[in-house]
Amino acid sequence: MSMSETQNVAEIKARNKELINEVLQVYPEKTAKRRAKHLNVHEAGKSDCGVKSNLKSIPGVMTIRGCAYAGSKGVVWGPIKDMIHISHGPVGCGQYSWAARRNYYIGTTGIDTFVTMQFTSDFQEKDIVFGGDKKLAKIIDEIQDLFPLNNGISIQSECPIGLIGDDIEAVSKVKSKEYEGKTIVPVRCEGFRGVSQSLGHHIANDAIRDWVFDKAEGKDAPAGFEATPYDVAIIGDYNIGGDAWSSRILLEEMGLRVIAQWSGDGTLAELEATPKAKLNVLHCYRSMNYISRHMEEKYGIPWCEYNFFGPSKIAESLRKIASYFDDKIKEGAERVIAKYQALVDDVIAKYRPRLEGKTVMLFVGGLRPRHVIGAYEDLGMEVVGTGYEFGHNDDYQRTAQHYVKDGTLIYDDVTGYEFEKFVEKVQPDLVGSGIKEKYVFQKMGVPFRQMHSWDYSGPYHGYDGFAIFARDMDMAINAPVWKMAETPWKAKPKPHLMAAE
Amino acid sequence: MSALRQIAFYGKGGIGKSTTSQNTLAALAEMGHRILIVGCDPKADSTRLILHAKAQDTILSLAAAAGSVEDLEIEDVMKVGYQDIRCVESGGPEPGVGCAGRGVITSINFLEENGAYEDIDYVSYDVLGDVVCGGFAMPIRENKAQEIYIVMSGEMMAMYAANNISKGILKYAMSGGVRLGGLICNERQTDKELELAENLAKKLGTQLIYFVPRDNIVQHAELRRMTVLEYAPESDQANHYRELARRIHNNAGNGVIPTPITMDELEDMLMEHGVIKTIDESQVGKTAAQLELA
Repeated sequence: MSMSETQNVAEIKARNKELINEVLQVYPEKTAKRRAKHLNVHEAGKSDCGVKSNLKSIPGVMTIRGCAYAGSKGVVWGPIKDMIHISHGPVGCGQYSWAARRNYYIGTTGIDTFVTMQFTSDFQEKDIVFGGDKKLAKIIDEIQDLFPLNNGISIQSECPIGLIGDDIEAVSKVKSKEYEGKTIVPVRCEGFRGVSQSLGHHIANDAIRDWVFDKAEGKDAPAGFEATPYDVAIIGDYNIGGDAWSSRILLEEMGLRVIAQWSGDGTLAELEATPKAKLNVLHCYRSMNYISRHMEEKYGIPWCEYNFFGPSKIAESLRKIASYFDDKIKEGAERVIAKYQALVDDVIAKYRPRLEGKTVMLFVGGLRPRHVIGAYEDLGMEVVGTGYEFGHNDDYQRTAQHYVKDGTLIYDDVTGYEFEKFVEKVQPDLVGSGIKEKYVFQKMGVPFRQMHSWDYSGPYHGYDGFAIFARDMDMAINAPVWKMAETPWKAKPKPHLMAAE
Repeated sequence: MSALRQIAFYGKGGIGKSTTSQNTLAALAEMGHRILIVGCDPKADSTRLILHAKAQDTILSLAAAAGSVEDLEIEDVMKVGYQDIRCVESGGPEPGVGCAGRGVITSINFLEENGAYEDIDYVSYDVLGDVVCGGFAMPIRENKAQEIYIVMSGEMMAMYAANNISKGILKYAMSGGVRLGGLICNERQTDKELELAENLAKKLGTQLIYFVPRDNIVQHAELRRMTVLEYAPESDQANHYRELARRIHNNAGNGVIPTPITMDELEDMLMEHGVIKTIDESQVGKTAAQLELA
């Protein structure tokens, strides 16, 4: 590192520290003390980012987090396409989680796949007072009548289910028996549990363990399933805009067989077959490390984290995955990397000159606050600030050890106010976050991309995804519209208004 | 006639709340007051002695059958019994399912919105023994009962419950107008019962409004699903309830914000009266076998 760069990093660190102090000043003393623990400037060489995480958000601030129901229904279970997921409770939670997170899938909706449909028990006052178990049983019967090709049912608990103590487990068991052992999974993901959607992921993972794996135990492998030495399962890819598909083809091209997708475009049979895998490859660590660890302990299946954003990380990941297999697969990985090199070169040749040196601030969910950093760097861009909605300390460890640069601004469970102030002062060329943040920053004159839904684009995973990612970032940053807007911090002082006399 | 009086009877389960309240209300009706009883117990037995039967058509059971509480009319749920006392039962789920507390809230809102409180002098809420959640505190919240009467006896747990209920009243006394009207001691013939009850009332900053003596005639009346006032209007016991009714009627506006005491103070009080013996702290948590060894 040159002298001037060192000085530059020192300056950035000082600026970021001052910025943190500045945002903390608006809070009451107690709040400031608590929020201070979630904000930091990354020091190279440290094992984590030096922030507290997975703690309760403070009342009165605008947090970006969701709830346990969102984590289970919205993230883990929702994309399982051949099952029907009942939003159990009053209608609102189901209504607002209708149509999924752009988890693409193949199938005939309403016949054999149901992802974008919404099933709710639509609790009324009498269901609260008298309990909703009978209603739930009736709904399961109706589902069986109306959608006979569904392969299973999950019951996603909204808050009142836990408050009134409904016995959804008993209903599930009775109905499962009645329908010849049908998989019916009660999920205790009441929204008030935990501090964010993160506990919902964990509860959903545990429900798969207890109600899918344990149930299948002792039975033969799914019909027609023949194991091969190259069987892998993709864990923690929700197929947003087709992400899992553009990932899967790379694994297949290198000679592996993908026996399951968790859970984007996934099926119940795929979940059931996963204990037969030779390796679980884990993309979203936060939401599915639990089940990966369980499969390692119980079935002896190793798991390997990977990152399919941007060619550098893709190549690294392909080689890492291949290292669990024989030479045939290792050669396969090299072949795949070589095959796509031309595409990568073209993309970089086209977009890097347009994006070189541009800075990005991120605030996203499970894995993206770190995973996408490599893709930006492949385009010559720099991530200058990042944070997790619901990350835990192990996420910040991974971020510190493998991703962020010295001096990066780190903000855990950022509040609306903090995020606005940070962006205003840091002046990045691009902000990547969610729909709630999008228009705030665009109105500030800052280019923005939604990094949960890919802004209705995607896929971003894999080599094909990288080409789309590069195009989208260029489109956001270099759109001519920004020349027409006045960036607030570049605004010239306005002449004093003359009072009419 | 003066403004509507809203009162409620609380107390430990099994203490005789429903019996005491129905007899007292029957006496108030006899005095010419127009009465509405709102039973807030899922068992729906708060109006049994007035109606000579357990109310079958509770608000919540009818609402469940009709679809929702909005589908009901006040006539569907209101029954008229002895001395033209109007009776409604909230009802609720069978034990172990659903949320009975929410049921109480739903029912009381329904009654208010549908004019059940018009043309009456007294509304009385009869609430189940333990205020286990917010729903059962509904009658003591804002704009509901103004005076709470706690039915108790000289038994330790009954006094403990009375103290706890006072804590509940204290909580809502600040935000709303609820006050403690007084204690009603339903005699169990425990040691120094009157003295204890008076002392507890004093500690809670209130009065023992009446000491109802024990008399088997209450059981005889109850077997016939009647109040003593109806079954044996000339009896001494009926006169006791008349006196209690008179005192409650004259107690308007005399309610207080209670001053609940700590568990330790309560135990000290029982020790003072010799109901429980002073215990050596070193013996707390020791079994009989351990104490013998020592």
